[in-house]
Amino acid sequence: MSITIENLNKQFGTYKALDDINLEVNSGELLALLGPSGCGKTSLLRIIGGLDVADSGRLLFHGEDALQRNARERNVGFVFQHYALFRHMTVFENVAFGLRVKPKKQRHNEAEIKRRVHELLNLVQLDWLADRYPAQLSGGQRQRIALARALAVEPKILLLDEPFGALDAQVRKELRRWLRRLHDDLHITSIFVTHDQEEALEVADRVVVMNKGRIEQIGTPDEVYAKPATPFVYQFIGNVNLFHSRDHAPWTQQHGDAVAYVRPHDIDISHTPQDDTALPVEVKLVRAIGSIVRVEVAADESCELVEIELSRERFDATPLAIGDKVFIRPRQFRVFQAGEKNEFSAA
Amino acid sequence: MSAQATQRKISTRESPGVTLVLVTVALIYLVLFLGLPLFAVFYEALSKGWTLYWKALQEPDAWSAIKLTFIAAGIAVPANLVFGVAAAWAIAKFEFKGRSLLITLIDLPFAVSPVVSGLVYVLLFGAQGWFGPWLQAHDIKLIFAVPGIVLATVFVTFPFIARELIPLMQSQGKEEEEAAVSLGASGWQTFWRVTLPNIKWGLLYGVILCNARAMGEFGAVSVVSGHVRGMTNTLPLHVEILYNEYNFVAAFAVASLLALLALVTLLVKALVEWQAKSSGDPLH
Repeated sequence: MSITIENLNKQFGTYKALDDINLEVNSGELLALLGPSGCGKTSLLRIIGGLDVADSGRLLFHGEDALQRNARERNVGFVFQHYALFRHMTVFENVAFGLRVKPKKQRHNEAEIKRRVHELLNLVQLDWLADRYPAQLSGGQRQRIALARALAVEPKILLLDEPFGALDAQVRKELRRWLRRLHDDLHITSIFVTHDQEEALEVADRVVVMNKGRIEQIGTPDEVYAKPATPFVYQFIGNVNLFHSRDHAPWTQQHGDAVAYVRPHDIDISHTPQDDTALPVEVKLVRAIGSIVRVEVAADESCELVEIELSRERFDATPLAIGDKVFIRPRQFRVFQAGEKNEFSAA
Repeated sequence: MSAQATQRKISTRESPGVTLVLVTVALIYLVLFLGLPLFAVFYEALSKGWTLYWKALQEPDAWSAIKLTFIAAGIAVPANLVFGVAAAWAIAKFEFKGRSLLITLIDLPFAVSPVVSGLVYVLLFGAQGWFGPWLQAHDIKLIFAVPGIVLATVFVTFPFIARELIPLMQSQGKEEEEAAVSLGASGWQTFWRVTLPNIKWGLLYGVILCNARAMGEFGAVSVVSGHVRGMTNTLPLHVEILYNEYNFVAAFAVASLLALLALVTLLVKALVEWQAKSSGDPLH
């Protein structure tokens, strides 16, 4: 089921949580809402799920107005960051809840409920935990049960609020791959909220980057990483070095206040100047981290550090040591005018 | 983990002398101020033998006091149960204007002396009170009658259940309710299937405390009762009357009932706490 959001606004006191949001979610798509905490992504998710009310704007499910319907009528599955499993019910009863509270006429008989619950528990590979209580499960198991519970009512839309936020790194990685596979099997229109860019880029079909209640960019993971639309996206997704036109006029290629944004892996290092725009710097730090080598350099005249990432091969081709005088040059960069939505302009 | 616990024990352990002094002080205090009076009540009540004790309890006036006490508690506890759950639900799960005012108001009966709250009812509903003439004209008697006693009891005991539930429900948050609603549950279904089971032990605990206070309340009830023997006397008031008449055996016999009630309350309270702990949702 497709979701259309038009001119949605939400204000908490004087704080604008959502500022004129427009968004189209395609049917069967897995969409990530990505942004720092307080950017409004959770508010947006809760409004779609009917757990919060928008101040103004429109929300359509498959072209039909959804704001008129309350949460129980929206047929939306919601998965919470802290699982929100019913603590006094067994895993089985948790998953069965949505089936048991249906109006009498639509309610299945006990045998059918049992069959469906076990089917769902098998889907999340936890059938053997049916008689346990939530407190007896690990975080990863709880979140999978929460997902099974949400799927029990056969929702047309699945909303996940930081679903892996409370889990440790290893489990988180495992679960997000599992979620991706599950989505490929079920094809339910899904939106998940995260502040973890790696998670968004790895799992989602499309990523919506949000900041301060506004949408900064909508695009595929590749687009938002390779072609960030705004300085904020540049900074939020991946690392970036800023070169101000005051200090590095040849790179920004223009006069006036502008800033060049360069990814750490888009910088060349050489012992001899590449051309007349190359910047002479001194190596301050060399650190090998797994498959890459991180080098920090500083221009002679300033103490501002520039971060560079080299592959092992490239590092081995031009070995560096602390104190080396070298030259750097960006292979690829993007220039933003200062003041052009530029909240992080170089100091 | 256990090594850590041992470590902590050692680092906070006092010398045997200090431990002994502290324990002795606590025990002497308990015996003097709790044990001795309790013993005295039963000792005095039975000082003239079991026959007189039973006789004192079978007096019609004593019986009517027992009945009235049960009526007052029987109305006050369910009324405050409904109010307490509703108020705690509203305060813990919703944001609304006047929320903190409501919390303050719930604490009012704790802050005001019971005698004063009794007097307020007399001022409002007594013969000379604001609504007195209107009540008289319609032949309704609140003060110096059973309804007044019930009203005073409800007022004095209404914080108990709400106060017990508010922190509990606040700490549980509202995510489980939100999950229930998003799964298609109605408000009632959410309450009966999710909220109530989560607060059942806290609720029971509040009911026990509320009941103990409702049966034992003296000050507020004393002001509105008028002390009509066999009519508007509750157990605590009846004890006072008997005592003032130098009828010590009867006074202590009735008082022993209240003491017994207190002991039963303590026992049930301990049981509830133990049950709550072993079922994995601690009360506090």
